[in-house]
Amino acid sequence: MSVIIHIPTPLRRFTGEQGEIEVQGQTVGDALRDLTHRHPALERHLYNEQGALRSFVNVFLNDEDVRHLGRDATPLKVGDTLSIIPSIAGGAR
Amino acid sequence: MSRLVISPRHLQTIGHHGVTTYPEECCGVLIGRAGADGEPTVVERLLAVGNERDDSRHNRYVISPETVLAAQREARAAGLEIVGYYHSHPDHPSRPSDFDREHAWPGLSYLIVAVERGRVVDARSWRLSDDRERFDEEAIDQAQLATARKEAV
Repeated sequence: MSVIIHIPTPLRRFTGEQGEIEVQGQTVGDALRDLTHRHPALERHLYNEQGALRSFVNVFLNDEDVRHLGRDATPLKVGDTLSIIPSIAGGAR
Repeated sequence: MSRLVISPRHLQTIGHHGVTTYPEECCGVLIGRAGADGEPTVVERLLAVGNERDDSRHNRYVISPETVLAAQREARAAGLEIVGYYHSHPDHPSRPSDFDREHAWPGLSYLIVAVERGRVVDARSWRLSDDRERFDEEAIDQAQLATARKEAV
């Protein structure tokens, strides 16, 4: 099944400036794997060295954070839209 | 070196925000036009947001994805985009920490204002390298706002 993933502006330089990418997958995890397969340069910004999604990278299925759904195993249906939304964190020392 | 064009008034507002939240960190969103092909990034407006951390607010800040999404919608409605974020370092230099680097995104400006004993010391802006290995400083350009705006029209 194909779904659309919205890419945030700072990451578009790794997707040939595309803001919306059509990917294939039955679950959120499948769709993200297909995304990084198509655009490998995205991988280090989305995943940490252990292969887990970075804590400040959030994936929303339509308007809901997939961490509140079934995370990677969340099933997709036709017409769903995924968005990668950063949370911003930092601080002194 | 990349350049961030921001008005003295906006810089003052950021400094004031840092003073107000001292000794805790403040944070906010820089909205404007991203520079491409060597053009400077231009800040057109600021969005001060609350530090959404529950703990360690003297040396940590977080802006939730819901707040980022709302800021993104506001920016787009004005024909602009999020070009970066600012935060303060209370009693600490305006240099990014390793923690800042681990959590940063490439392609954005990270403006840090150092607030010492409740007073603004300086402000510097940084961009994460594409390999995530380091932050490169960018020049803060307060003088050329009018010129940059004309070029953008």
